[in-house]
Amino acid sequence: MTPLDRPRRPWDRAPVAEREYFEMLGLGIVSVLPARAEGASRNGWSPPSGGAWVHVGEDGTVHAFTGKAEVGQGTRTALARVVSAALDVPAAQVDLRMGDTDLCPWDMGTFGSRSMPDAVPALYAAALGAGEVLRELAARRTGGRPEGFELHDGSVRPTGSTSGTPFAELVRGESIVREASPVGPQALGPPTHRAGRPSPDPLADDLVTGHRQFVSDVSRPGMLHGAVLWPPVRGATLLEADSASAERLPGVAIVRDGAFVGAVAGSPFAARAAVASVRARWDRPAYPAEPEIEAYLGAHPLSGDHWDSDEDREGDVETALGTAAHRVELRYRTSYIAHVPLEPRCAIAEWTGHRLTVWVGTQTPFRARSQVAEALECSEDDVRIIVPPTGAGFGGKHGGEIATAAARLARASGHPVRLAFSREEEFLHGYLRPMSIVEIRAGIDAAGRVTAWSFHNLNGGAAAASTPYSVPNRHIWNTLADSPLPQGPYRSLAANANNFARECAMDELGSRAGLDPLDFRRRHLDDPRLRTVLDRAADRAGWADRARGAGRGYGLALGREKGGRIATVAEVSVDRQRRVRVDRLVSAFEAGRIVHPENLRSQVEGAHVMALGGALFEAIRFHQGVVQNPRLSQYRVPRFSDVPEIEIELVDAPEVAPAGAGETPMIAVAPAIANAISDVTGVRLRTLPLVPTGRMAK
Amino acid sequence: MSHHGRATSKLIDSDPYCGTASSSPMSEPTISVRVNGRAEAISTLPERSLLAALRYDLGLTGTKYGCGEGECGACTVLLDGIATRACQIPVAEAGGREVVTIEGLAGPAGALSPVQRAFAELGAFQCGFCTSGMIVAATALLSRTRAPTRDDIESALNGNLCRCGGYLRIQKAIERAVELRDREGR
Repeated sequence: MTPLDRPRRPWDRAPVAEREYFEMLGLGIVSVLPARAEGASRNGWSPPSGGAWVHVGEDGTVHAFTGKAEVGQGTRTALARVVSAALDVPAAQVDLRMGDTDLCPWDMGTFGSRSMPDAVPALYAAALGAGEVLRELAARRTGGRPEGFELHDGSVRPTGSTSGTPFAELVRGESIVREASPVGPQALGPPTHRAGRPSPDPLADDLVTGHRQFVSDVSRPGMLHGAVLWPPVRGATLLEADSASAERLPGVAIVRDGAFVGAVAGSPFAARAAVASVRARWDRPAYPAEPEIEAYLGAHPLSGDHWDSDEDREGDVETALGTAAHRVELRYRTSYIAHVPLEPRCAIAEWTGHRLTVWVGTQTPFRARSQVAEALECSEDDVRIIVPPTGAGFGGKHGGEIATAAARLARASGHPVRLAFSREEEFLHGYLRPMSIVEIRAGIDAAGRVTAWSFHNLNGGAAAASTPYSVPNRHIWNTLADSPLPQGPYRSLAANANNFARECAMDELGSRAGLDPLDFRRRHLDDPRLRTVLDRAADRAGWADRARGAGRGYGLALGREKGGRIATVAEVSVDRQRRVRVDRLVSAFEAGRIVHPENLRSQVEGAHVMALGGALFEAIRFHQGVVQNPRLSQYRVPRFSDVPEIEIELVDAPEVAPAGAGETPMIAVAPAIANAISDVTGVRLRTLPLVPTGRMAK
Repeated sequence: MSHHGRATSKLIDSDPYCGTASSSPMSEPTISVRVNGRAEAISTLPERSLLAALRYDLGLTGTKYGCGEGECGACTVLLDGIATRACQIPVAEAGGREVVTIEGLAGPAGALSPVQRAFAELGAFQCGFCTSGMIVAATALLSRTRAPTRDDIESALNGNLCRCGGYLRIQKAIERAVELRDREGR
């Protein structure tokens, strides 16, 4: 057991004086950036969050701590390099700890493209603070003023000198704790210094040899396997569960706690078999068949102000519609889709006395800690959530449901328990990206200006609903509904649906005005950052000289969300059998100051590939609240052969704080493709996925 | 689609678990398989797939569970040199055969294979959960094709899902692996 693994009070719940920095890590120096006084959320509901701390130890290792979790998006590498750049220390000397609630500062969660905007400045500031202390130590040792020293390759040396003193030597015997000051985006310096020297990911070797331990690879001594009787549909109530025959099975313990029914056994076969033999009766809410879903959602609005309400009302839409030269009334739909992280949910729970540790792939370890503590009626001080390397989340791994269930089974059985979803369970008992129904009424005047814009999203949410185009009379609002299928966050969530609807509608309006899609958009754009990405994408794609006809067409779309700006051009062909093929996607993306270009490019490319699935063929089929295609043989996600040419132009905006990049690059793909299909065929497809069978309907 | 020695009758393996050999009951019948060059005895419980045996009996957790029906490729291993979905192979079918997993690809002194090195160098992964299967499938491709074209790569790996969408990088890594292999004459 390393000192970091010893049972202790969570860092964020310990008073500053009791944080045991040096008991945990040995002597050295510590630099702490305190949590912000208020949360970063637009709606202002988040508690104080963030901060970071950095410890430089007597062996020269730089330990850095942030509450963000690495769930496969690659921020670990980018963030470790931020620390290595701030201290000019080799990346291999940096040990970055993330997503461990005993060791890391409190964090709201890893979602909403917040990892870079939250953690980059925090870690950078904490590391710079450590650097200041190091320079002071060097000055004290050799004389002179701290400003006369510089950090170089893990040492501190008089500025311009070729020899210095290694960190390890400087911090020996020290126990200094210093509070760091926040820094602005400019502090990150010129591009070459932003993410340290390019070097292979120091963690890559264990991955390519199969030795990296993902959540589902974690094994504990004496570990047993669990299974849970999950409700068959959302909102179902357990009326009765007869577990008599399950209890007679050898080597199986049935765990019951109110409506919770689970089993623990030596193998998951046995645990699952035991749960399957429980005869349960459920009271199931009456949910509609798939064709009735829109009417159902419309009839079940969630009333009142909700977290995602975000109304934008300006001018007089109805009057403007009445006097418009052309009017359109359009309805766009996006289907429920699934995240399908390649690693299904998994949690391993272990009690040591009154303390509980859960290894779980969650995007919100601190929220999971609260949920587990509340459900099991124990103190948050006694719950430790550790997020091991996780096989992706995409918004689908929020919260602590599986962690709570594993903890219950572990407590009842007196053993560490592993609880893992099968792929089918992942589809059936996770949650989905909501279906959206967007209704747009809009009008243009004789000069081709949009004068009226009414936009309503039912069930999907508010993200990116506000229009980036200047429209004098507008009403933009949304209504959440009581969805029969469990729904929740998803990579860029409602921005996909809202951007799809708006960008398709803009094309429909532009064509009525007789204007080119690029020209029509430019006329309505004041945002210089959006104009930049739009022009760059159009130039790079050769928009002005595009060769249409012969089954080939082009579509354009843009979007603004979570601090980023994206424009995408799609080149699509439709053959005589009406098969649709996306041949090329060209995008320009700007998300403020670029920290780690390669990681950014990787995120942006990945976002395009993921967006292709939702655009073309991904759709959950359901009946009365139950998913009907809960397997990868029945639910298609993008494969190698689906990937078109993808060209990404990254636009650096050094004066703008770095925004996240995981989500926004997705949101122009579907509308660009729909617009391109219309360009080829003249047919307007207003439902995502556009071509679930790969072909256009006759 | 894939041609990876998938069993004809489809198996649904809902068993994503791992563990240690010591947790395997002693009374189960066993069968002998060579895994990464070593003779191993693994349980032949009827419901057990090769994937479960590798992860559970042998603790070789580099081979991943992603779907249990041979659709995602995360559990790809070499079975007598052929890229095979371990979740689709009942243990009994593996008897007497040669299995190589991701853990068995590096050289004797731990030297990474050209494919492993190329993936690491190019950072051809995001979450990394597909990486084992991708590397094993690419290794099989390189062993049977001297100079794979883009189409060869696409068809050899079309049964391997990367949900993070890293296909372009994976393709580059495989092209790089060909260079590395040729340079080293492996």
